[in-house]
Amino acid sequence: MATKTKKGEEKPIDIFKSRLVPDCKIMSPEEEKKLLEKYNITKQQLPRIRLTDPVAKALDAKLGNIIEFTRTSKTAGLSKFYRVVVGGISE
Amino acid sequence: MIDDGITINKVLREKVGSIEFRMLSPELIKKMGVVKVVTPELYDADGYPIDSSLMDLKMGVIDPGLRCRTCGGKVRECPGHFGYIELARPVFHIRYIPLIYVFLKSTCSDCGRILLPQVEIEKWLERLRNIKKIRGTISRLAIIKAIVNKTKLIKKCPHCGAKQEKIKLVKPSSFVEGNKKLTPVDVLERLKRVSDTDSELLGISPAAGRPEWMVLTLLPVPPVSVRPSITLESGERSEDDLTHKLSDIVRTNQRLYENLSAGAPEIIIEDLWDLLQYHVTTFFANNISQVPPARHRSGRPLKTLAERIKGKEGRFRRNLAGKRVNFSARTVISPDSQLDIDEVGVPEVIAKELTVPERVTEWNIKELKEYVKNGPDKYPSANYVITPDGKRKVISDETREVLLEELAPGYIVERHLKDGDIVLFNRQPSLHRMSIMAHKVRVLPHKTFRLNLCTVVPYNADFDGDEMNLHVPQTEEARAEAEFLLGVQNNIVTPRYGLPIIGCVQDQITGLYLLTKTEDLFSQKEVSQLLAQARVTQLPKKPASRKGGINYYNGKQIFSMILPEVDYREKSKTCPKHQHCKDPRCKYSMVVIEKGELKQGVIDVKAIGPEAPKGKLIQAIINKYGDKAAVEFIQKAALLGMAYLQKIGFTTLLTDTDLPEEAIKEIKEAFDFAQKKIDAYIKDYEEGKLEAYPGRTVRETLEFKIIESINRARNKTGRIVERHLKQDNYTLIMAQSGARGSLLNLSLMSASVGQLSLRGTRIRKGYRNRTLPHFRWGDVGPAAGGFVRHSYKGGLTPTEFFFNAITGRDTIMDTSMRTPKSGYLQRRLINALQDLKIAYDNTVRDASGRIVQFVYGGDGIDVSKSDNGRLLIPKEEVVK
Repeated sequence: MATKTKKGEEKPIDIFKSRLVPDCKIMSPEEEKKLLEKYNITKQQLPRIRLTDPVAKALDAKLGNIIEFTRTSKTAGLSKFYRVVVGGISE
Repeated sequence: MIDDGITINKVLREKVGSIEFRMLSPELIKKMGVVKVVTPELYDADGYPIDSSLMDLKMGVIDPGLRCRTCGGKVRECPGHFGYIELARPVFHIRYIPLIYVFLKSTCSDCGRILLPQVEIEKWLERLRNIKKIRGTISRLAIIKAIVNKTKLIKKCPHCGAKQEKIKLVKPSSFVEGNKKLTPVDVLERLKRVSDTDSELLGISPAAGRPEWMVLTLLPVPPVSVRPSITLESGERSEDDLTHKLSDIVRTNQRLYENLSAGAPEIIIEDLWDLLQYHVTTFFANNISQVPPARHRSGRPLKTLAERIKGKEGRFRRNLAGKRVNFSARTVISPDSQLDIDEVGVPEVIAKELTVPERVTEWNIKELKEYVKNGPDKYPSANYVITPDGKRKVISDETREVLLEELAPGYIVERHLKDGDIVLFNRQPSLHRMSIMAHKVRVLPHKTFRLNLCTVVPYNADFDGDEMNLHVPQTEEARAEAEFLLGVQNNIVTPRYGLPIIGCVQDQITGLYLLTKTEDLFSQKEVSQLLAQARVTQLPKKPASRKGGINYYNGKQIFSMILPEVDYREKSKTCPKHQHCKDPRCKYSMVVIEKGELKQGVIDVKAIGPEAPKGKLIQAIINKYGDKAAVEFIQKAALLGMAYLQKIGFTTLLTDTDLPEEAIKEIKEAFDFAQKKIDAYIKDYEEGKLEAYPGRTVRETLEFKIIESINRARNKTGRIVERHLKQDNYTLIMAQSGARGSLLNLSLMSASVGQLSLRGTRIRKGYRNRTLPHFRWGDVGPAAGGFVRHSYKGGLTPTEFFFNAITGRDTIMDTSMRTPKSGYLQRRLINALQDLKIAYDNTVRDASGRIVQFVYGGDGIDVSKSDNGRLLIPKEEVVK
């Protein structure tokens, strides 16, 4: 992610600084296993995120990684969400 | 269960792995056909089906008594069998025209190979076969499209070197190569030459069939049971649309055969061939563009194969997704304020038609015998008796004596609906779950369904002719489920925002507002009257005063009698003490209830009304005492409000909109002031002295300034109206209590209608540089822009009236367009969300078990069990 300044230089943007982007991290294989066991699911049953998504790119995620999002909300305090990284449809 | 009483005990359950659709090959059509249809006539002189006609008994039977000539089954046993028609000349299948076109364009006209060099063929074939495994059908179609696009570039066959002529599709169903027409026979020949691999590249894998099957040589004839004929009362037979169409095909086909064998001239043959093509086309679909729809003799278009399946009236949406139901009723609704909130008034005629199956036990046999004895015409009675071996017997004057003797525990009596039965009540459109709720039956005279006024809100019903539906659950489980999940008492709080959607309405609010506001004292007799109507049988503990040996009570005390012991502190809608109280901390606008005693303040919509952000008092009662107490409170509050209003008398008057002289003068001054200011702006503008706002043109700036001045003047008139209205003004009381109407409505009638707006701006359309010929060119003043200075009661000028009509029409257009649009939006949402559910591990999952949310709503809160979306208990107390 980058933006062009007035002079035409590329300036990288840290998307995690935005208050609209939730905290996220790539889960370790152990954590993944625990998560899948907890919900008794396979990776295919998880919500998805595109490999091309800015967040996935910024985290340098690989296909099949699970990203953990920690969101804050008025009613729930902190809530966790998980997405598995998938490829996009070509062309 | 099958109708003839055979029960299949063993249910086989298999999961459907996949469904594959393929083309029918001519061989298969012939093989599955039990008869070759050649005769267009259906019945002989005796009305008996002719052999090898469309009604041939080999294709199944629809007449009771006859037996199928193929399987020997009777009417309900024989599933029907296909026949076939051998077409004299091949014709195109209309639905395959686009694919045939692709094949013709992408293959060599000479050798039939695909127009790609061998290298490319291998490359694409590999991609195609791999992609199917990985990414499924959609990407496969994308690749086929890419292949077809590649072949478009090639003008000379890479295999035999033949030059390719351009082929055009002349809609609806003919192909022209250069200037020569390709007949179905030519096309059939070409498609036959295409090899299996080439065909796979273009979208038809060998497993799915052969491209030449897209040209019909044999036509399957659906079984008679698919197109049953109806015998009219007059004894006349009326055939199904499909049969009509098929007999057209057979007739044309036979004529074509005859002419071919007689060696008729080419023109006649071609005409007949085209006619055959037309009939076969309309047999499949009767709404193809550029094909005139085939019509019935009456002029009605025939409903052929595609129309049977497609769209709202088609098999899926009409017969599979939606069905007609038994044990239901529909009639006009009307209000009944004396009914309980969770009751529904059912007309006796309907109660006699709808039944509840009740199993005979030794405890209810006496009652049920009474019903059977009463016979079917009396109420309460019963319509059917079901014996323990499952036989259903009608109760009639002849049978009832016998049945009465026979009746014993184990029998089931289908008795009439009676008071207290649980039924489901529904009003369409069913936009939220409160559109279907469970009520308790109350059998009443006359012919309408009656409902309590408080339940009008969730159904969005009124009584200008609305009809509603009623369904009677037939099993104990269904009744229990209805009562505890769909019961009115369980649906007071909406799951949308967690506040009551059922509360007091209209006069009920006005009544309670006045009762709690008045400083009058009521004698013990009056209080008894009021409270008795609200079903309260006790007097307040301490009288407010005592005079001449009579106890007197105030309004707040009376209201407190219907309250459970709650504490409540919330602001009311308006301050009862000061008319224009703007002080947010004004103590008079604070409603205080301590231990079920209304200490201070007035009750209005905010406390007892339905829909957010109202009904706070009801919410407080639910939180402390639960749904049942809330139902009771709403019921009593409504009755008390109405009782009080009846006691004092309440109406609405034309003179409610009268303003005193000073007010009229003040309003005039406000408008004159605004007019003067606007004139000054316009003058500045014309002299070029007006300074533009940043980022705006001068013209835009002028517009802003005019609108601002107008708005200011209008707001001022609103305040003037408010100031001058007397407190005993009925319309004002309704507005202040929140029962109905607003101050704006009142000032629209009494002071001025104000600026009309058309799509967010002042009215600008009409003539060149002006809105109407009654204004000067370039007039941008208030009047020319749709400002209505007069009030509805005072009367509008002709131009004002015209502008008002413009916006009125625009509004009607807008609503009439929006309703179907939002309806469709709702349908799509429902289709997308319908099978999401909360699993036992609190995750929200779809039908295939995929997780949509890890905790419902991200916070796990059931809004309908919350306080306006927030937890009812402090977070620290939440049990982890």
